[in-house]
Amino acid sequence: MNRFAELLDRLSYEPGRNAKLRLIADYLRRTPDPDRGWALAALTGALSFKHAKGGMIRALIAERTDPALFALSYDYVGDLSETVALMWPSPEAERVPISPRSGGEGLGVAGALQPHEDRPPPPAPSPPSAARREGGEKQAPTLSEVVETLSTLGKSQLPAQIARWLDTLDETGRWALLKLVTGSMRIGVSARLAKTAAASLGDKEPDELEIMWPGLTPPYLDLFAWLEGRGDKPSNTDPAPFHPPMLAHAIEERDFETLDASDFMAEWKWDGIRVQAVAGHDEDGHIVPRLYSRTGEDISKSFPDLLESLRLPAAIDGELLIMRDERVQSFNVLQQRLNRKAVTPKLMLEFPAHLRAYDLLAEGDHDLRGHPFSERRARLTKFIEKLNDPRIDLSPLVPFETWPELAAARGDPASAGAGHDAEAVEGVMIKRRDASYVPGRPKGPWWKWKRDPMIVDAVLMYAQRGHGKRSSYYSDYTFGVWNAADQLVPVGKAYFGFTDEELLEIDRFVRRNTVDRFGPVREVTHDADKGLVLEVAFEGLQRSTRHKSGIAMRFPRINRLRWDKPPREADRLETLEKMLSKFENVRP
Amino acid sequence: MRAEDILVPTPSGVCCKRGGFYIDPTRPVEKALITHGHSDHARAGHGAVLATQETLDIMRLRYGENFAGATQAIHYGEELRLGGVTVSFHPAGHVLGSAQIKVACEGFAIVASGDYKDVPDPTCPPFEPIQCDVFITEATFGLPVFRHHDTKGEIDKLLRSAALFPERAHLVGAYSLGKAQRVIAMLRQAGHDQTIYLHGAMEKITRYYESRGIDLGHLELVRGAKKAELAGHITICPPTAMGDLWSRRFPDPVFAFASGWMRVRARARQRGVTLPLVISDHADWDGLTSTIAATGASEVWVTHGQEDALVHWCVSKGLKARPLDIVGYGDEEETDVTPTEADA
Repeated sequence: MNRFAELLDRLSYEPGRNAKLRLIADYLRRTPDPDRGWALAALTGALSFKHAKGGMIRALIAERTDPALFALSYDYVGDLSETVALMWPSPEAERVPISPRSGGEGLGVAGALQPHEDRPPPPAPSPPSAARREGGEKQAPTLSEVVETLSTLGKSQLPAQIARWLDTLDETGRWALLKLVTGSMRIGVSARLAKTAAASLGDKEPDELEIMWPGLTPPYLDLFAWLEGRGDKPSNTDPAPFHPPMLAHAIEERDFETLDASDFMAEWKWDGIRVQAVAGHDEDGHIVPRLYSRTGEDISKSFPDLLESLRLPAAIDGELLIMRDERVQSFNVLQQRLNRKAVTPKLMLEFPAHLRAYDLLAEGDHDLRGHPFSERRARLTKFIEKLNDPRIDLSPLVPFETWPELAAARGDPASAGAGHDAEAVEGVMIKRRDASYVPGRPKGPWWKWKRDPMIVDAVLMYAQRGHGKRSSYYSDYTFGVWNAADQLVPVGKAYFGFTDEELLEIDRFVRRNTVDRFGPVREVTHDADKGLVLEVAFEGLQRSTRHKSGIAMRFPRINRLRWDKPPREADRLETLEKMLSKFENVRP
Repeated sequence: MRAEDILVPTPSGVCCKRGGFYIDPTRPVEKALITHGHSDHARAGHGAVLATQETLDIMRLRYGENFAGATQAIHYGEELRLGGVTVSFHPAGHVLGSAQIKVACEGFAIVASGDYKDVPDPTCPPFEPIQCDVFITEATFGLPVFRHHDTKGEIDKLLRSAALFPERAHLVGAYSLGKAQRVIAMLRQAGHDQTIYLHGAMEKITRYYESRGIDLGHLELVRGAKKAELAGHITICPPTAMGDLWSRRFPDPVFAFASGWMRVRARARQRGVTLPLVISDHADWDGLTSTIAATGASEVWVTHGQEDALVHWCVSKGLKARPLDIVGYGDEEETDVTPTEADA
């Protein structure tokens, strides 16, 4: 448990992806089975314990501490698990201050620093407090003990068991245990990242692991045996497995010069959520349908309405959308369904889920990923016809013969076939006819050509220091536009889009024009004549109660620095309001 | 005899009228007794200063030759008669030269402990609990969530990280006086024998520690080192330097920070720290409470920090306790010697 706790602790502070990978891989390498398997399960979200809730933990600490001290501490720390982990009383006897003679760690302090003879006699000798732990450390539970015990223990026995464990762990161990049992780890590690780290143990491709993942069960003894060359490759027996998805590169102007339009097909890029819908027969011949997110997370539970439609064995790559009266709704509408925790009949009626199919990866027992796209597309068309379900349709192709023709379609999807769904189109996808379906983001076969972003000129108001490599740079920017009262109101925050060169320029500007400081945040000069205007690009707008301006931007980034523009000429809130109302009018 | 007949708390420090002196005054006075060299306790401009030799030396290093009108050094344990009272200095275990000051009169004793810690520190003599009637304590970490006893474990964490990321530099933010030297000494104790790099702002103090017989191994200044040389090495710098242009010379640095504040995750995150090291030169909650018990004092005055919780604890144990509202203590850590951004 202590090693796992240390891993969680480091991961929770480490912003860099590569560093996280190294930390996880290092842990998996140093830790024996089955502990490391349970850790991998915890990191990939494969563990959940039902009974442990905040209330129980609060009760445990209330029995052991002074309520006034707890209240002051909780107020200071702000997180229940962390407060309890830190103030949990050690079972060892109260500490007596070290005696002068027991501080025997002195390096070269003899002579010059020796205390004088006439000091009072030292109190009863006691070990330095750093050594107090060791007795307790021996009985600290292993991660396996914790996981196995939690899965069998009844609810009534749980508090006493957790208390016993807390008694044997140190501060970090207690924090990790409480995070684990309450299921709120939030350490910034995706399942994909944890699997990538595991794959690195055997120099395997993460996709290979991803493909077999649904067939594996914690603590993954067979997986580690294979990764360490001690066992056979585990086979995926899942009837409806996830297929690691193929992703596209963004196309640039100059790429077109080298590409022959006749080698490609195009389709709309829908503004929903990329999903994979898979169905297969289990051993008893029953159909097993599953819906996966792009990262392989099983999201079936959130979309029971769509699941019913997956009646034929196949794997479809497509876009999840909300469809009302045969019209695709905007991403804003989809988000309203995603934000709800409970999937009620009312929610499903109001926000009906729909799958728009792009590609067919498998049909029945046939893996089609090695076949050319044109062929898969033809099979997909037939398959959708055969399925004949109102909730699943085919994403239409965009006809074109030359790149300028495709550019015209992208500029005006409504007249190029997207019709009244045009507002839900966020660009076009360009796919090589002869390309097989390759997991990851290979360069060349697939390109995305997004519609031009929306753009406003906003004024830099606050800058915050970044993390990791950027921790000496002011790299997170809050910007605002003018409201009716000629005041700047913040409308968003962006921390990318600029070049390294531009980052240096902004950083210099921030340091020279600071008017106030709040911890890591600096307020910079922003009045009508003096300040920095940022051209901000973004993908969409929605109403937000969290922002003072009432508006939130989707995917904002710094497009350009407008050193030439005085802040008074930056955009106004009305401009954004107009853009927003255009979005909202999409609803029928 | 009442405590107030010996020492009176004022907004600028505790004052002993009978002895004609202040302890750690925050404004210039005629005669000052100084517990240790941190800038919030040791200020320049007093008429006369009585302190340990190390504290006087440190004040001279920081403020120059003329930091006070007159100085007098006192040994630990030595008793000195001042007016109607007897004063003596005793090890506080906080930084080199740090002392608690005992003021006694007609069998009644008050101990002003300054800043202290009751855990081992290879760079200064260990804290000694002194029997007294009134104990004046700090409360920097006076909440039960602050526990920082396992300093060795934190040093091990730093060394494991340096081993796991040999191509990265490890920058350790540490206060220039005391913490920096303690971290270096503990790294040496843990067997780390590679060169440790130093920010220029801590050179003088660190060399002074060495001159007092504290072996810190091979140290180099960052100034003059090439970027590639800093990879795989540990560099100690003032905490403020980590957010500075100065830190850009390091290859993909891991930002560590050695402080008791690192116990609380939100505080570590707020400072952009990626490797928090819970190492403190102040007593933690267990240290404060067990020290108070060990002094046998029936009354406790709390100078600065999280007074509420500690006063509450004292009262719940049947001790008289009160916060002293002295303005200006506890500032050294937030305003540690900051090199200017141009100091490249």
